[in-house]
Amino acid sequence: MGIKKENVTRRDFLVKSGTIAGGVFFASLLSPFKGVYATKEPEGDGVWYGIGIDIEKCIGCASCARACKNENDVPKEPFFFRNWVEQYTITNNEEIKVISPNGGIDGFTQTVPEKDIYKTFFVPKMCNHCEKSPCTQVCPVGASFESPEGLALVDQNYCIGCGYCVQACPYGCRYIHPDKGVVDKCTLCYHRLTKGLDPACMLACPTRARIYGNLRDKDSEISKFIRDNNCVVLKPQLNTGAKLYYNSLNQEVR
Amino acid sequence: MPIQVKRLLMVFGLFIAIMAVLIYFLTPESWGEFGHYRGLALKEIADKEVKHVDVNETCAMCHDSISATFASGEHKSINCQNCHNVGYKHVEDPTKENIVKPEVTRDFCLRCHAKNPARPENYIKQVDAIEHNKDKVCINCHNPHKPWE
Ligand code: HEC
Ligand code: HEC
Ligand code: HEC
Ligand code: HEC
Repeated sequence: MGIKKENVTRRDFLVKSGTIAGGVFFASLLSPFKGVYATKEPEGDGVWYGIGIDIEKCIGCASCARACKNENDVPKEPFFFRNWVEQYTITNNEEIKVISPNGGIDGFTQTVPEKDIYKTFFVPKMCNHCEKSPCTQVCPVGASFESPEGLALVDQNYCIGCGYCVQACPYGCRYIHPDKGVVDKCTLCYHRLTKGLDPACMLACPTRARIYGNLRDKDSEISKFIRDNNCVVLKPQLNTGAKLYYNSLNQEVR
Repeated sequence: MPIQVKRLLMVFGLFIAIMAVLIYFLTPESWGEFGHYRGLALKEIADKEVKHVDVNETCAMCHDSISATFASGEHKSINCQNCHNVGYKHVEDPTKENIVKPEVTRDFCLRCHAKNPARPENYIKQVDAIEHNKDKVCINCHNPHKPWE
């Protein structure tokens, strides 16, 4: 039992490895290596919406949550939200406390004494209108979809209320409407956008901490916001292609 | 062809025929117009009722003096509907019933102005929720439309 030795000359070896390296190189030219972006807008023209939230400007008044509930007939009970505000408090001994009394609508009261606070800030949350949204992928009947404008919407006349998408959304942005029995979520006020009006949460914000606009237009307010600030999305590791950009968000926020 | 294969093929054929009929009758109108969903759904969502008017200038058409005072005060960046609730119906048909004249408690103002270390001091002035002129209603001293008047 002997190992069969092949006589490979040095020349042969160099030629073969050269061919392989060259082949890989040319193959990579066919599909060039792209920089890593959280989202890449699909082909086409027309608007493709993105949202920006300027954490530094948020005063935690929850006017956005209030306006949203009024505009969109969201039940007033504290478990149904299309958008809401959370207060994060990081204490000096590195505990993270998150409060959101009725989504912020009941007003925030800081329970941690000021001397123990390392850092505290508000984080408004809403649907990220993901480009590769997990929620639309799981819908068994095709009632949850991404519109050509890049908005994740629900066809409430077609939804069967199975709640699968509610489970799938990593950001907790969907709920089952108690009266209609179907899923309800942020539409970025699609009914207002199509009439040329701003979404309710955007116009309610007293400090203009909320921005939205066309990501395809490189001069739009949102594109400028993303360019000029160091923006991050929530849970980037899930590769949902989230289009809700926060500037200078703490990494503790989930 | 053996008989059992023939039967199997017949069953398959029947199955495909039934599927075709079901797909024909159960696919809703406008399915697949833009993608794997009903195209009409977009129109249905777009037709929902609008409740907020867009800008404060809409209110200024009729409430010109209040709006003028308002626009010269510190609250000018706030939308009227933040305090007065939705105003679309009121603009179409102005009555007292379809707009809210807010009942001012201290909490009404403190939801924005209460002292909280998370609030950025340069965007909102804050007062101590309990100590600032204890037990008095804010609008005794501050005009809600122009706080320093
Ligand atoms: C078409 C004219 C018009 C427009 C536009 C209009 N209002 Fe009025 N509003 C009126 C009239 C008229 C009254 C008085 C009704 C009465 O006395 O019966 C009134 C009354 C009010 C009141 C007092 C209600 C009360 O109980 O005393 C408030 C508050 C108010 N409007 C807020 C607003 C806001 C906020 C807007 C913008 C969203 C607005 N209005 C837009 C005509 C208008
Ligand atoms: C900070 C909250 C706030 C904002 C913003 C606000 N209001 Fe008011 N408004 C009030 C309060 C509070 C009252 C009730 C005052 C009272 O009871 O005397 C009131 C009363 C009114 C009244 C009734 C006045 C009366 O004498 O009966 C009108 C009209 C009105 N507001 C219009 C407006 C318009 C128009 C705007 C936007 C330009 C606006 N308000 C923005 C808080 C606000
Ligand atoms: C929706 C949130 C909101 C509500 C509700 C609100 N305010 Fe304000 N208030 C603001 C903002 C934003 C400013 C501008 C702050 C700035 O520019 O420094 C402001 C400014 C002020 C100022 C001037 C501070 C300064 O010197 O610059 C006073 C006083 C004030 N508000 C009192 C009140 C009173 C009284 C009420 C209740 C009737 C009230 N606010 C309700 C958001 C609010
Ligand atoms: C007795 C009259 C009175 C009442 C009631 C009152 N304030 Fe004031 N407020 C003042 C005066 C005077 C000042 C300016 C001096 C100061 O800073 O104390 C002031 C200042 C403020 C400021 C600006 C603080 C700053 O740092 O510049 C805000 C905001 C404010 N008040 C909000 C409120 C709110 C909200 C309420 C209701 C909970 C309220 N005020 C009730 C008289 C009053």
